[in-house]
Parts: sequence; C-alpha cells; structure tokens
Amino acid sequence: MTDNSSTLGESLRRQGVTRRGFLKFCTATASMLALPAGMAPAVAAALEKARRPSVIWLSFQECTGCTESLTRSHAPTVENLLFDYISLDYHHTLQAASGAAAEAAREKAMHDNAGKYLLVVDGSIPLGHPGYSTIAGISNLQMLQETAAGAAAVIAVGTCAAFGGLPKAAPNPTGAVSVSDIITDKPIINVSGCPPIPSVITGVLAHYLTFDTLPELDQYGRPMAFFGTSIHDRCYRRPFYDKGLFAETFDDEGARKGWCLYKLGCKGPMAYNACATMKWNQGTSWPVESGHGCLGCSEPSFWDAGGFYKALSIPTGDISRTVGIAGAAGLAIGAAAVGLNRAAKSRAKQQHGTVTVDDLEKTS
Amino acid sequence: MIEPMDFLLWVRGTAFDVSLGIFVIGVVVRFFEIFSLGRAANFAEPRGTEFGPGMRTILTRNIPEAGTFKRQPLTVIAGYVFHIGLLISLFFFVPHIQLFAATFGFGWPGLPTPIVDAAAVLGIAGLLAVLWNRLTNPVMKLLSDKEDYLVWVLTFLPLLTGYLAYHRMVDPYPLILGLHILSIEFFLILFPFTKLMHTFTLFLARWYNGAMHGRRGVES
Ligand code: HEM
Ligand code: SF4
Ligand code: SF4
Repeated sequence: MTDNSSTLGESLRRQGVTRRGFLKFCTATASMLALPAGMAPAVAAALEKARRPSVIWLSFQECTGCTESLTRSHAPTVENLLFDYISLDYHHTLQAASGAAAEAAREKAMHDNAGKYLLVVDGSIPLGHPGYSTIAGISNLQMLQETAAGAAAVIAVGTCAAFGGLPKAAPNPTGAVSVSDIITDKPIINVSGCPPIPSVITGVLAHYLTFDTLPELDQYGRPMAFFGTSIHDRCYRRPFYDKGLFAETFDDEGARKGWCLYKLGCKGPMAYNACATMKWNQGTSWPVESGHGCLGCSEPSFWDAGGFYKALSIPTGDISRTVGIAGAAGLAIGAAAVGLNRAAKSRAKQQHGTVTVDDLEKTS
Repeated sequence: MIEPMDFLLWVRGTAFDVSLGIFVIGVVVRFFEIFSLGRAANFAEPRGTEFGPGMRTILTRNIPEAGTFKRQPLTVIAGYVFHIGLLISLFFFVPHIQLFAATFGFGWPGLPTPIVDAAAVLGIAGLLAVLWNRLTNPVMKLLSDKEDYLVWVLTFLPLLTGYLAYHRMVDPYPLILGLHILSIEFFLILFPFTKLMHTFTLFLARWYNGAMHGRRGVES
C-alpha cells in the first residue's frame, strides 16, 4: 500500500510543487507554529528529508465531521499534499478496503512500523457496553488499546476524542470517555474543536515531521501554537465588547454594525482556539465573523456549559426557579418560626403567675 | 486535579443554585425575625406622624452629618467611594445585567464598560482605604471584630476577581471567572448571617428612627 522510501521533498516535486511553493509553505508553517522567522529554512530542510510516516486513523463514536473538515479543502494546497503524503494505512471512512481486508491492513501497518506509526483517533470511546460501538466485531476500547500499544504518539482529533465531546453530554448514555482517559503511557496531542480547523492538523503533522517531537502543549494537551490564546483575545469584535456595544438580536442594528455577540451567548471569552486568526474555509471567514457567537467547541464540557444562546455570565441552572423555591421555603420557615415564637410567648404569658414573698420563702 | 472548565461549570451550576437558595431563604427568614419581634405598645400620646418622617429619614441619612465628616473624613469619603463603585460595577455592567434579566425577566441599560471599569477601580481603592483606616485608627481598631474583617474580604474578593477576569490577567480565563463567581457565592451564603444584611436592614433602621422622632414631634 505504501512506499515509505521516498522523502517528502521528492514526493512533492513529483506532484509538481515548485521549490518556491514549498518554501512559502515552510514559512507559513513556521509562523503558524509560532517559530522565529529564521526557522523557515530549517523547517524546509527537515521536511525535505522527512520520510513518509505511517498513520493509522481510528474512528470511534463520532459524526465524521472531523474527517469532513480535513478533506473538504477545495483547492489543492501544499497542506493537502502534505496530508496526502502521509501514508494513511487505515481510515475506515476513506479507505476502499473493508471488513477483514481493512483490518489486515491495520495489522500489517502496526506490525511493519511498530513503535513508529502515528495513531490518529476521532470520536469518543464508550465504556458503558462494548457493543455500543464496534468495528469488525472489535470493541472501540480494545481496538484503541491494541493500536496505541505500538504507536509513537497519539493525536486525538476533535473534541470527542480529546475530551469526550457530544457523546459525553449529560447523561452520557454510552459512558463515553476521551482517548487520554484510557491511554496513559503514550504522548497524546489533543487537537480539539468540533470540528478542529484543518490547518491545525496539518500544522501538528508538519511539526512532528520537522522536529520528530511533539509541539509544546497546554494543560489540556493541546498545541500551544494554536490553542494558546482565546477567541475573545483575538476577536476583531473585541473593541465593541470593551466599549460595551452589544448586538441584542441576530438582525438588529448592532448585529449589522458588527457589534460584540456576548449577549447572544458568545463563549469566545472561555474558548481557546485559532479560529479568529486562521479562520475557516481557506481563510474565508469564521463563526463570529459570520455573525454567530462562538460555542466554545474546543473546550472540555462545552456541551454541558449552558445554553448556546445564553450569555456566559448566566449560571446554567434555572435561577428564577431557584429564587422562587427558596423564597417560598423562606416564607414557610419564617412563618413557622414566628408561629413557634408566638406560641412560646403566649405559653409564657399564660404560665405567668404572681409571686408573693411567701411563695419565694416556701421554695427556698 | 480540579480542572478549570469543570470548576467553572460547577460554580455556574450546582454551587450557584445552592448559594442563591441559602441567600434567599436566609434574607426572608431574617426579615421574619425582625418583623415578628414587633414593637412594644407605646401608650404615650403621639405628637406627630410616623410614616412621612420615616420615609424622609431614609433619604436624609444618605448625607453624612457634618460633625462626623469633620472627625472622620476618610471613613465618610472612602465609604461613599467604595459603595458607589460597588453598586455601579454590580448593577450597570452588561454581563451582570444579563444575569438579573435572566433571573427576574427584565433588565436595564448598562453603562459603557470603561465607566464600569473605572468604578471597579474606585471600589477597590475605596475598600483598601477603609481597611487601612480600620487598621491604623486606634478607635476603629478597638471597635473592630473578626466579623468586620470577614465582611471586608467577602466584599473585596468579587471586585478584585471581577477586575482580574475582565482584564484577563489570569490564565486560563475559566479559572478566574470561576473564582469570581465562587467569591460571589461566599458573599451570598454569608450575607444573611453577617453585617452584610445592612444592605436591606438599613432602610428599616432609618425608617424606624425617623418614625420614632416623628411620633415625638422632633426632627430626626
Ligand atoms: C457582589 C457581586 C459582584 C460584584 C461586586 C462584581 C464585580 C465585578 C467587577 C468589578 C467586574 C469587572 C468589571 C470591569 O472591570 O469592567 C466584574 C466582571 C464580571 N462579573 Fe462580576 N461581580 C458581582 C457578581 C457577579 C455575578 C453574580 C456574576 C455571574 C454569575 C458575575 C459575572 C461576571 C462576569 C462574567 C464578568 C466579566 C468578566 C469579563 O469581562 O471577562 N459577577 N464583576
Ligand atoms: S463576539 Fe465573542 S469573542 Fe468576540 S469580543 Fe464579543 S464575546 Fe468576545
Ligand atoms: S468559533 Fe468557537 S465554536 Fe466556532 S469553531 Fe471556533 S472555537 Fe469552535
């Protein structure tokens, strides 16, 4: 299936990529990875010589949105070619083979490249029952454990693989967990997002090919170069937030003037992702630019973090109900306490007798 | 390990409901307590009305008495500055108004954020000044007990953490926003059982003062 002997440089040239186009890509990659500009030639040299890595891609409880995101590039770009270049030895959505032949390909890749292949996972893993999600009769849990054992590193693509994602939303009927909940002895890179930005994936791959190491990660295991700053801090509508100018509805004057979407539920302040700078669809636009608030899709638990159209400052529960119930409880407790007090008072009044000096002498 | 997003979810969820519940129950019960104490029958002939002078006193007591101002200018000025800063940041900051609107079903216009931000700084500075006064003025120091310091901390933390969250001075943001909301939850829980209750009872106390003076036909 694969010819792992040619280098990336050779392969790109074969596909008609010019030296200039390749260097341009390397410069863009260096800046995307937040490397100093002087690093571009080093990136070029490393990528030129890089060997095709074998990649096994496993899809568990997912919606195929992540794969769609990665394959929906319209114009053939160098990023694409890089993506084409990796030896995708198993991807059950994209590969032609199925059933036993597909599993045989996976086993062969695992065997031939033991300890060297990259494992990419999208989708969460159900722990509730092995039968909830299986591939060729193998449970997701078993396939992940088996395949991760010989991997050099694991890339968890998408919020489901990284954090559990929508399948994990309360009440989590399948007992969905993330890759890092199961695999603890391998380096894991979480490329979260629902779906993640395609160039972030290629960026991570480029980093791995260039340096043979994982990029610097944040506390959630996400590459700092892409997830280091929040949407809010890079949002072009931020000046409106700072001035206190907000759209009230999706088609009012504020919305037309491009004011901040906080009141319409934008979760940009808590979301760390590269949308605001890298944008979507080849840099065409991104959700906030198209007039819709950020959902915070790159964050753990974003699926349970309150309504998408409720401002971030609003607690997730039904607060009016809480106030109502507590108010009623307060009235009941207060009235009961007053009643008890009154009763005690009147009892005391009733028992109040007059005491004479003689009485006092009697008791003492 | 508590991770910031789970922490934020918890303070925005269960913890907020619980602390708000305690706050509402506590305040209502305290009011019952105060009203059910009642007033002993006063057999003296009234020399004036109670209601009008009571209401008037609620307003007039907002103006500090000249003598107090002369003796304790810092207490008066810093006290006003911090209360005004606190009220503006709490009631005129748009994210806060969103919360009130979600609770009561109606909101009101907010102030431009730079004004709220300035109010927050004044609030923080005012609180630091009253604390300094409390610690350095021998009389104030003698009069202060643990509760006074507790109430100071409960008021200071929401302002400080709110300011840090808005200016995104703590990373990751869910952590500082979570701490901001947590600090408010401490405030809510202890409010009914500490001097913070003066936010509501001051109106009763002032009215009662004015009404008693009115009844006796003297100025309050
Ligand atoms: C005692 C009550 C409260 C006080 C004194 C307070 C104070 C503040 C202050 C001073 C700021 C910064 C404003 C600025 O510098 O412009 C702030 C921001 C904020 N507060 Fe509060 N706050 C209170 C209650 C609440 C509550 C109950 C919530 C929600 C549950 C909340 C959510 C927020 C949010 C979301 C921000 C915005 C942070 C940002 O812009 O990133 N606050 N608060
Ligand atoms: S639109 Fe969202 S991300 Fe942009 S400034 Fe407003 S709240 Fe922040
Ligand atoms: S703008 Fe927010 S919700 Fe939309 S893709 Fe980016 S991180 Fe996800």
